[in-house]
Amino acid sequence: MLEYIKIFYVILKRDLTLIFREKTDLINSLVFFIIIILLFPLTFGLKSEILNTIISGIFWISALLATCLSLEAVFRSDFEDGSIEQLALSRYPLILLVSAKILAHWITFGIPIIITSLVLGIFLSLSSKIMMALFITLILGTPILSLLGSVMAVLTIGLRGGMLLSVLILPLSMPILIFSTIAIQNAASGQSIIAETYFLAGILILAITLAPIATASALRIRLS
Amino acid sequence: MYKWIHQFGSPKYFYDISFPLSKWAAIICAICFISGLYGGLVLAPADYQQGDSFRIIYLHVPSAWMSLFVYLIMAFSGAVSLIWRIKITDIIARASAPIGASFTFIALVTGAIWGKPMWGTYWVWDARLTSELILLFLYLGYIALQSAFDDKRIAARAGAILALIGVVNIPIIHYSVEWWSTLHQGPTISKFDKPSIHLTMLIPLLLMVVAFKTFYITTLLIRARSEILDYECNSSWVKKYVIK
Repeated sequence: MLEYIKIFYVILKRDLTLIFREKTDLINSLVFFIIIILLFPLTFGLKSEILNTIISGIFWISALLATCLSLEAVFRSDFEDGSIEQLALSRYPLILLVSAKILAHWITFGIPIIITSLVLGIFLSLSSKIMMALFITLILGTPILSLLGSVMAVLTIGLRGGMLLSVLILPLSMPILIFSTIAIQNAASGQSIIAETYFLAGILILAITLAPIATASALRIRLS
Repeated sequence: MYKWIHQFGSPKYFYDISFPLSKWAAIICAICFISGLYGGLVLAPADYQQGDSFRIIYLHVPSAWMSLFVYLIMAFSGAVSLIWRIKITDIIARASAPIGASFTFIALVTGAIWGKPMWGTYWVWDARLTSELILLFLYLGYIALQSAFDDKRIAARAGAILALIGVVNIPIIHYSVEWWSTLHQGPTISKFDKPSIHLTMLIPLLLMVVAFKTFYITTLLIRARSEILDYECNSSWVKKYVIK
């Protein structure tokens, strides 16, 4: 058991080191996220009533698109230089290795997106209730996107680029989008967001239990 | 039992029995389709509320049922091929996808045509409509994934994982969309409440359901046969067939 925790930690550390040494992917996805959010005030004008009604959608659509773009990078370099085959050949369960990689993706792409959206929320002068709901939905929702997306990322590595990946992820991630935006709108109108939060948490637990298994078996298929 | 499964799973055996099977399915489909259409369009009385435009349910309801049914078949055969590595289930899953996508498309289009006179608009952001639309995108994603691979076997197994994730997700999608549409707009349009349907209307509908099922079987077998020839193009029995 201790050995497994250790190997999980080793893989996690390796992935984090790799991403922080080569920061372009990380910075690009954040810049992309911020640009999309900025596009909305520019196209809808500065009338704050309109912005307030669509604000929940803005953050979530941008987060979804940024995650789609960043996911391709998770397995690509490992796949190209063959290190993923070495990992698959090791005597440790592939599910463990894959979960470490997914966690690394969430730490490097999910957490920066959460922090950036809170900062942008201050700039767009959101109320504290909306900020709280945004924070809760993002912290529950972005790991689901990483988990669900990693399966699709493995299935599509090296095929037709990110377009196919987005086509696969976007329909499947609609429940997360719906529950999150409803929660933020409820918070904006002063209602409780407990029900949506529970749903997101439930989906997250389902994703944590099933997605690593699916990713591992998808990886075996791609390596066969 | 196991012997039978293995025999059924061999492409040559499947190829041999699929031709008479598809022929019988086509005959049943033709009989049910013609009698169902005649019963539905001519014999059944007009609905007291909706007049004659209710008759589109004879296409709409069976295709909507089939759109989900085919996805389940796809996911089930995908699971079987992942677990037991049976070639035929690969082929069935791959061949089902375009048929299922067409059923979904027909359900959406007939729904829109029915909605115009009934609801006054082609499209409503209703829970059922939206989840049917998302289902169409799931099918299109599956087809896109299939065409992206060069190796069809890997494509089929990758598609199996995608279809299984889709099956886990479909109830969540449906529930979330229902949640969303009820909270957002409320029932602005009273739904097509099925009045306890009269027998003269119900029998043609059941006939059409059987017709759609057998139509699916026929087209599936025809597609599967050509896929088998493509899969097995290097084996000797295919060469024999082609020379004959």
